[in-house]
Amino acid sequence: MKVTIDGKEIDVPKGTTILQAARMIGAEVAPPAMCYYSKLKSSGGYCRTCIVKVTKGSTANPTPMPKPVASCRTEVMDGMVVENFTSPEIVEARKGIVEFLLINHPLDCPVCDQAGECKLQDLGYEHGLAESRYEFERREFDMIDIGDKVKLHMNRCILCYRCVKVADQLTDGRVHGVINRGDASEISTYIEQVIDNEFSGNVIDVCPVGALTDKTFRFKQRVWFTKPVDAHRNCPTCSGKVRLWIKGEDVLRVTARKDQWDEVEEFICNACRYDHKKKSDWEIEGPSPVNRHSVISQNQYAHLNQQKLEQLKHQSALGFMKIDKKP
Amino acid sequence: MQLTTRSKVVSNKQLSFAERIYLPALLKGMFITLSHLFKKKVTILYPEVKREHAPVYRGQHVLKRDENGAERCTSCGMCAVACPAEAITMESGERKKGEEHLYREEKYAAKYEINMLRCIFCGLCEEACPKEAIFLTDRIVPTEFEREDFIYGKDKLVELVDKRVDVSKRQTPEVLAFKKLEGMRHNVLYTKKLTTKSESKS
Repeated sequence: MKVTIDGKEIDVPKGTTILQAARMIGAEVAPPAMCYYSKLKSSGGYCRTCIVKVTKGSTANPTPMPKPVASCRTEVMDGMVVENFTSPEIVEARKGIVEFLLINHPLDCPVCDQAGECKLQDLGYEHGLAESRYEFERREFDMIDIGDKVKLHMNRCILCYRCVKVADQLTDGRVHGVINRGDASEISTYIEQVIDNEFSGNVIDVCPVGALTDKTFRFKQRVWFTKPVDAHRNCPTCSGKVRLWIKGEDVLRVTARKDQWDEVEEFICNACRYDHKKKSDWEIEGPSPVNRHSVISQNQYAHLNQQKLEQLKHQSALGFMKIDKKP
Repeated sequence: MQLTTRSKVVSNKQLSFAERIYLPALLKGMFITLSHLFKKKVTILYPEVKREHAPVYRGQHVLKRDENGAERCTSCGMCAVACPAEAITMESGERKKGEEHLYREEKYAAKYEINMLRCIFCGLCEEACPKEAIFLTDRIVPTEFEREDFIYGKDKLVELVDKRVDVSKRQTPEVLAFKKLEGMRHNVLYTKKLTTKSESKS
């Protein structure tokens, strides 16, 4: 099936959603997504951040769709034409969505451990929204400890349901879900029962905001002062492929590796995440790729040197004289 | 070959008698020295006398407390990441129950250090601070004998409750106008909410 997104055409198999097709083309057309997670079944459709405009339904029926559609839940049709960033209407609508997401968000980024790798922060920044027109009291909850390793800040939650899907699909026996409805909805465990499952720690990684955070990393260090490196170990329960966040000689935090869509590559077990916080436990592969525009790349000199080297190589390919060649 | 236009021709001209005895030139020099005794001095006797600073002079830092005496800093790290000299380091702590009067928010700086030898007093930390906690003041960092003494911890940086440091001179009309922006409103709301909460508690 041929689909055109922002003027770029791609051939995709039947049953692909617009969001997946856009991600196949590349980051320049892919709409942002707060709730959709390709590794979790039936995720998506809650946050509406990924809305796009369909200007031509298909070759068979070229009528445009009457209103913006959630691209994570809409399948492509042959000959569909989609506008994302090229449509000012969509950019404006998405700005409204961001404002909606920020209605109840406490904006406590200076305190939050997620700051620096928070998707909501990125989204707000991209749309120039540091403010809110909302005049009423924000909803407030008390902090809850879900087990001894995970902290739940319900105030920051945007109700994306990703953690619920993780608890549903990765762990057996559902103990974690959303209670109440509408403004009062709240992530909760079954009568505050502790989630004890080998993969329960993954709810931290899938959370796009700072609602679920690692208690072993709580207030230890800002993420941009730690250095991410890829490492692995022989783990009997999971793949053992993780990302270590290092400061000096200390491993401050262990997370799963994330790809360019900020999605976990392979879910890791709790033993890897919480119990192996020594450099000697791991075989370090090398520095993780960090987006140049991310605050995490701040002060990562090795990373910058690598870029400079690449640039120099490129220059020499353009016909500059080699450095070691004497005239 | 002429290399420069500023070359001087050296002459072997015989000195006159007045020039040969050197006395007139000597007296002329002495007169200049003497005349300086009666001119206005360019130096001042620091630290007894202090020169007046510009209102926005950037000297030694201060970590401010809020109206209730709680520390404003939440150890968010924005100052450290903005610092071009990498002079600021910090460690965070979690506020316990009963410490609400000491720290404004649930996270606080357990350790906060500025290396005054590294600091270039550019004021970017002050600009980056989202909590209006750090300010540069018109105080001058005193000299020390040891390098370690220039690493200022919280004991030297945080202002005393009964001896506040005045930073109102730094609030220029431009700064105040910026704070009145609609986008900064949530900060005002936040402090208002905090004060009403503490009032209702007491």
